[in-house]
Amino acid sequence: MVICKSPAELEKMHRAGLIVWGALEKMRTMVKPGISTKDLDEFAEAYTEEHHARPAFKGYRGYPGSVCTSINQEVVHGIPSASRKLKEGDILSMDFGVELAGYFGDAALTVPVGKISPEREKLLRVTRESLERAIENVRAGNRLGDVSAAVQAWVEQNGFSIVREFVGHGIGTRMHEEPQIPNYGTPGQGPRLQEGMVLAIEPMVNRGGAGVRILADDWTAVTTDGSDSAHFEHTVAVTANGPWILTRPRDAAGPVW
Amino acid sequence: MARGPIKEKKPGESGKEDAIEVMATVIEPLPNAMFRVELENKHQVLAHISGKMRKNFIRILPGDRVAVELSPYDLTRGRIVYRYK
Repeated sequence: MVICKSPAELEKMHRAGLIVWGALEKMRTMVKPGISTKDLDEFAEAYTEEHHARPAFKGYRGYPGSVCTSINQEVVHGIPSASRKLKEGDILSMDFGVELAGYFGDAALTVPVGKISPEREKLLRVTRESLERAIENVRAGNRLGDVSAAVQAWVEQNGFSIVREFVGHGIGTRMHEEPQIPNYGTPGQGPRLQEGMVLAIEPMVNRGGAGVRILADDWTAVTTDGSDSAHFEHTVAVTANGPWILTRPRDAAGPVW
Repeated sequence: MARGPIKEKKPGESGKEDAIEVMATVIEPLPNAMFRVELENKHQVLAHISGKMRKNFIRILPGDRVAVELSPYDLTRGRIVYRYK
């Protein structure tokens, strides 16, 4: 059953969301060749503590880090490590979540490390745009399938493929709530979106085929054909006036990431 | 953090795999959406209409050819799961 949150609860979730946003925006400026993914992880933890919140991923089902750092062909859930250093031309996706006063925020973005190839730029742009199109469809009265199909259509139109094994999710007092939000689907299907629903929408897009497998660390997901993968995410609430991106300031403008 | 990995549900598979699916013809309707059906081996069996068919308002009349799932634990009872055209 999808839980609808009251306006007061949405405010709490927005506060958590702003911490996620603040951390990721700062981490974005830190990304350059030579730093390690652990550096970003440590920063995120410190930032969260300063803001009196708790990093949501650490210890969640045994996950060892606070951030997921996934490079190039890593799709999601890359584990931060001091020995993993970023190189010029890499693409890095950072997924971060916090819990504040009992409510969760979850967001992610993929950034270039230094100068990247035009193909990688296209992958990043299209994935970000697919999230924007998905968010456009987050309105009361629409169906969940409208959101999923929007992602799928844009991604596949551009020649990329959608990861099937991982999905977005409802979010609230737990990190993962109902419903599951696949990035593929049929318009008009699925639950009807109602005011108060909060969805963590996260397109995961591969340059090559859709296949994904998990590495021996039991967490890191990589593309089976070794092609690059990008990931963007926002926590979005359904309101009477349309989508409200909780992991972003209310007055923010421009591309979602 | 993404939810997953999840295994996709393949349409057409049921959770329980023991059932034996056979074709049959409906002989007569009984109360409570039960039907007497005759299998191809001339055996007659008591069958009820499946929930999916109820949900989609699919009617069954005598003379219809239907698919029936028989339980391996009681071969005189079945569940009507499909009506052929």
